[in-house]
Amino acid sequence: MPRRLSNNLLSSSPPIPWPSFTSSEKSVNKPVPVPVPVSRPSKIAQFFSSTPKDKDRYNSAAAALLAASKAQEQAFLNSSPTTISNPTLSLPTISLSTARADSSNMDEPPTTLFQPLAPAEARRLQRQYAQFGPLNSQSHRYTSRHTGGEFSEPIMDEPPYFYLLTTYISYLILIIFGHVRDFFGMKFKADNYRHLKSRNGYAALNSDFDNFYVRRLKMRINDCFNRPTTGVPGRYINVLDRTSNDGNYHFQMTGTTTETLNMSSYNYLGFAQSEGPCADFVEEKVRKYGLSSSSTRADVGTSDLCVEVEQLIAEFVGKESAMVFSMGFVTNASAFPALVGKGDLIISDELNHASIRFGSRLSGAMIESFKHNDMKALEAKLREAISQGQPRTHRPWRKILVAVEGLYSMEGTMCNLPGLIRLKKKYKFNLFVDEAHSIGALGPRGRGVCDYFGIDPAEIDILMGTLTKSFGANGGYVAGDKALIDKLRVSTATTVYGESPSPAVLAQILSALRLINGKIIPGQGEERLQRIAFNSRYLRLGLKRLGFIVYGHDDSPIIPVLLYHPAKMPAFSHEMLKRKISVVVVGYPATPLISSRARFCVSAAHNKEDMDRLLSACDEIGNVLQLKFASGIAGGASPLPDSVTPEMEKSRKALEKHDKIAKQAVSRPNWTFDELVRRGVQDVKVPLR
Amino acid sequence: MATTSNLTTASDVLSTHIFSILNSVSEQFHKLPGSAIFLRYVKSSYQNDPVRSAVELFLVLFAIRYLLARSYSTKPGKVRLTEEEIDDLVDEWQPEPLVGKNTIFEDADLEKRAVIVGPTGPKCRLQTGRTVTNLASYNFYNLVSNEQLKERAIQTLRTYGVGPCGPPGFYGTQDVHMKIEADIAAFLGTTACIIYAQAFSAASSVIPAFSKRGDIIVADKAVNYSIRKGLQISRSQVRWYEHGDMADLERVLARVQKEQAAKKQLTRRFIVTEGLFENTGDMVDLPKIIELKLKYKFRLILDESWSFGVLGRTGRGVTEHQHVDAAEVDMIIGSMAGPLTAAGGFCAGSDEVVEHQRLSAAAYTFSAALPAMSAVTASETLTMLQTQPDMITSLRENTRVMWQQLDPRSDWMTCTSVPENPIMMMVFKADVINSKRLSLEDQTLLIQDIVDECLAQGVLVTRAKALSAAASGAKSDVYTHRPALKICLTNGLSKKEVEKAGTTVRHAITKIVTKKK
Ligand SMILES: Cc1ncc(COP(=O)(O)O)c(C=O)c1O
Repeated sequence: MPRRLSNNLLSSSPPIPWPSFTSSEKSVNKPVPVPVPVSRPSKIAQFFSSTPKDKDRYNSAAAALLAASKAQEQAFLNSSPTTISNPTLSLPTISLSTARADSSNMDEPPTTLFQPLAPAEARRLQRQYAQFGPLNSQSHRYTSRHTGGEFSEPIMDEPPYFYLLTTYISYLILIIFGHVRDFFGMKFKADNYRHLKSRNGYAALNSDFDNFYVRRLKMRINDCFNRPTTGVPGRYINVLDRTSNDGNYHFQMTGTTTETLNMSSYNYLGFAQSEGPCADFVEEKVRKYGLSSSSTRADVGTSDLCVEVEQLIAEFVGKESAMVFSMGFVTNASAFPALVGKGDLIISDELNHASIRFGSRLSGAMIESFKHNDMKALEAKLREAISQGQPRTHRPWRKILVAVEGLYSMEGTMCNLPGLIRLKKKYKFNLFVDEAHSIGALGPRGRGVCDYFGIDPAEIDILMGTLTKSFGANGGYVAGDKALIDKLRVSTATTVYGESPSPAVLAQILSALRLINGKIIPGQGEERLQRIAFNSRYLRLGLKRLGFIVYGHDDSPIIPVLLYHPAKMPAFSHEMLKRKISVVVVGYPATPLISSRARFCVSAAHNKEDMDRLLSACDEIGNVLQLKFASGIAGGASPLPDSVTPEMEKSRKALEKHDKIAKQAVSRPNWTFDELVRRGVQDVKVPLR
Repeated sequence: MATTSNLTTASDVLSTHIFSILNSVSEQFHKLPGSAIFLRYVKSSYQNDPVRSAVELFLVLFAIRYLLARSYSTKPGKVRLTEEEIDDLVDEWQPEPLVGKNTIFEDADLEKRAVIVGPTGPKCRLQTGRTVTNLASYNFYNLVSNEQLKERAIQTLRTYGVGPCGPPGFYGTQDVHMKIEADIAAFLGTTACIIYAQAFSAASSVIPAFSKRGDIIVADKAVNYSIRKGLQISRSQVRWYEHGDMADLERVLARVQKEQAAKKQLTRRFIVTEGLFENTGDMVDLPKIIELKLKYKFRLILDESWSFGVLGRTGRGVTEHQHVDAAEVDMIIGSMAGPLTAAGGFCAGSDEVVEHQRLSAAAYTFSAALPAMSAVTASETLTMLQTQPDMITSLRENTRVMWQQLDPRSDWMTCTSVPENPIMMMVFKADVINSKRLSLEDQTLLIQDIVDECLAQGVLVTRAKALSAAASGAKSDVYTHRPALKICLTNGLSKKEVEKAGTTVRHAITKIVTKKK
């Protein structure tokens, strides 16, 4: 893996002409093409290029190289946050040039230790790193695993009441303004509202009431959504620049693109790549199998590739049998009707994905929901359901299916699998776990929540997941016992009517799975798993220490940062985009009214430097937008002194609780960026506090 | 006496205390905002009538008690149980198994599903080792292994990777998606288009995005499964008309209009039908439907999943075939998985129709975008359709050749598809069903035997596999599937080969049916 060898050299992306050490260029008389044209030299750029006074200390290019790589690590540690995220410099140009026109270095004999990269090679590396960043230190790894003990819910911090109040007021103002505008708009610009009223005997296609939120609230920030992109959604993503001159109703492409740090794609394991073993394998299979399967699974859409993928998935998730489909949404939408029907009860987590709700509604079963991840609420529901039976007739339920997600995509929380299994033993319900986000992203071997908690997959009846996220492909799977899957093969609608996955998608799944389980290129899959685990914890810890309120469990690669105010959504998104970072912001109705948030999706394609870049951007933006609400109860405290072990801390806390001593006044986390970076790597590996 | 005096002093002290407390209370009370109003109210209501005040006090107390009372369930018939009783019930409850066992027929069906080794093509190799003539894939124009398309797909792979790793709203929209949307819109002649990651998901998402509870949908009884599920999700009121029966459609439309006029109510009203019907293979009478839709002021949702890329001179679908302006249809749903050899579906219509779906069509908003490779492939094949119309004519020719072998010539089966449809749905003739008294199940079994026999003779065909689309628990369905043999034509076979395959199928039919007494 050349990535590891030369990784210190290139973590930045603008094309750089490489310093040249060839003798011809060393002739002093020749105009020397270096120094590198750094667009706006800054502190940080200077850091990377060794200053002249350092220069004579290195008497060989190799030494220079070594020092430069050290310098790069140091740079992130020492540089002040304000310079690092200066928008124009957010992708620092790194010049390792020790060769300056005026330098004595020019007279050195050529050395074979450092072969300058040919421009083509430099471009290739740059391209590769734009998709998958280099790992700059072996210490930037961590294994995602439940550390034992009771699995507790993350503490939900709340901002001061002032912010909650102003959030409500903001919405009120927005709504009033919206109505005022509608009122006058309908009077004076009736044309624009025609589609909302009945006309010519047709009812409006969408009523102005249903449509109000979209027109008056979402449209204002519409430029933060549906941003078109091009190229690979890897470590960086190319956003197509666009402008609007009619209030975000229409956009004009400017024809330019911006390469941004991608904190938005569900590319958990970094398999969104257009090169490397997966892409090569896909190319090979496309050449062999063609473009499409041209049929449904029930007819003749099953190829040997399909069978192989299903076997591999079954083995990966630890079930007897599995089945793949070409879309995750439809996998849920048609699995539920095949599993349950009239006389059955679905008890569904209130935050379950739309596809689960879609499928549940199609199934004809009764649907109840319980408070997100609340095992007490679930137990109460179960007791009521079982004891009361079906409504009116009081006949016992034929069966009860509890549906949860492994990792919730808006909250960053994991399901409480140990708790669920405990309840399942007592209440005999069937358990459906949607591992859309957790498969690949959690667990020491990337096998999802079961792997994370060390629970036998046999405890769960149906493991569903999507292949869209961690594997960089498309589609979904359902895994379970052979008898169950065999039944589903004849009874799920998407087997009978949906197109089966294309050979390219199947090949991507196959190669990604083989990489993860180490069948090809041993070590790389493990590296990916450990990188995402490290990055997730590092970013989460950093955000907490900076004083942000973040939701979710510590090992979750989905990190929502709470913004609260509706106006802060577009502000946050724009500020991030200015710093060339693309983030997702979500608000009502996808979240409760007040808890608008930005969401970061961490990837194995990122490295620690990317996380630092993001943290420093957050630090700045957090100050400007007043986002550092945290009270300290949810973490971000200073590390324990050396003399105190986590166990001692735990027992102290338990004692405090027991004696009902007033909670020690928690202090608001208020770390500086420098401190954060200095302590980050070591603190990530101990329980976060 | 000392004690009594003590007592009196004590009571004096007490009463002064009470007085001072009362005083301070009344002082505090007067300080409260609104206390004056309250006092005035009490005074005016007292009106020297203590009974009246007592009643009012009682009412106030009752109101307070009511507000503080534990809320109780309004669910009818809920039985109050003790915790122990609940525990007992929990212990006793035995759920049914999650799914039932496969029937023998289902197991056999699973067993018989062909597994293709290597590429799908007009001739393909099965896992059993045999190479067969493939008349079961939707590989109409034989583009699955087209070298030029493969090169473009690989180019795309090398710039975009495989999956877009996110839903369209969150950076999953790529320029290639915007291109295919624009291409389809331009091709059809609508103003806009939106793409879905799977064709099957499109219709069941588009319909509920527009039609809500209280709205009315008039649908053909034979519409496909995806539409049926869309109708179910929408919770709208569904009225059915007999399959393909325009007079019946008009009757239903007129009745809806009359009812709404009587109630002075105007809801959204839709007609939902298909271009080429998935279940029967026949074609809609679009000009008539447009006429009726305009007359009765309904909107039209037309599912062209099986006609787009097939009908018309350049494959624009039923609108081109029957010379209707596509803009007259409010929503055209189509597939990129069949004739376009890519994947995914689309919905074309006006700007308003399309933009609305970007927020409210569940399968668009909550699902990952289509892989870039498929989007590019679809764009490419669309261009091919426009520039190489002989692709379409030669497919029609092959279909005609197959018809010659089967429809008038088979004594047992007849084709319900229109002659332009490359998917031929063969069903048993009515007199065969009558004379042999074939139940639906018998027909299915017979057709499966025919499929097996064809395979034994080296021709891969399939039967129409259908799930009941009725909502769970429904006693019967509005539509009964007729068991059918499904033959999918392709350009990849020569006229001779098609003829030969046709003969094989015809003989297989004869052999199986004559064996059955
Ligand atoms: C929990 C969950 N299930 C299912 C899906 C749908 O998967 P796909 O995007 O592959 O359609 C998603 C995607 O967002 C999801 O988050």
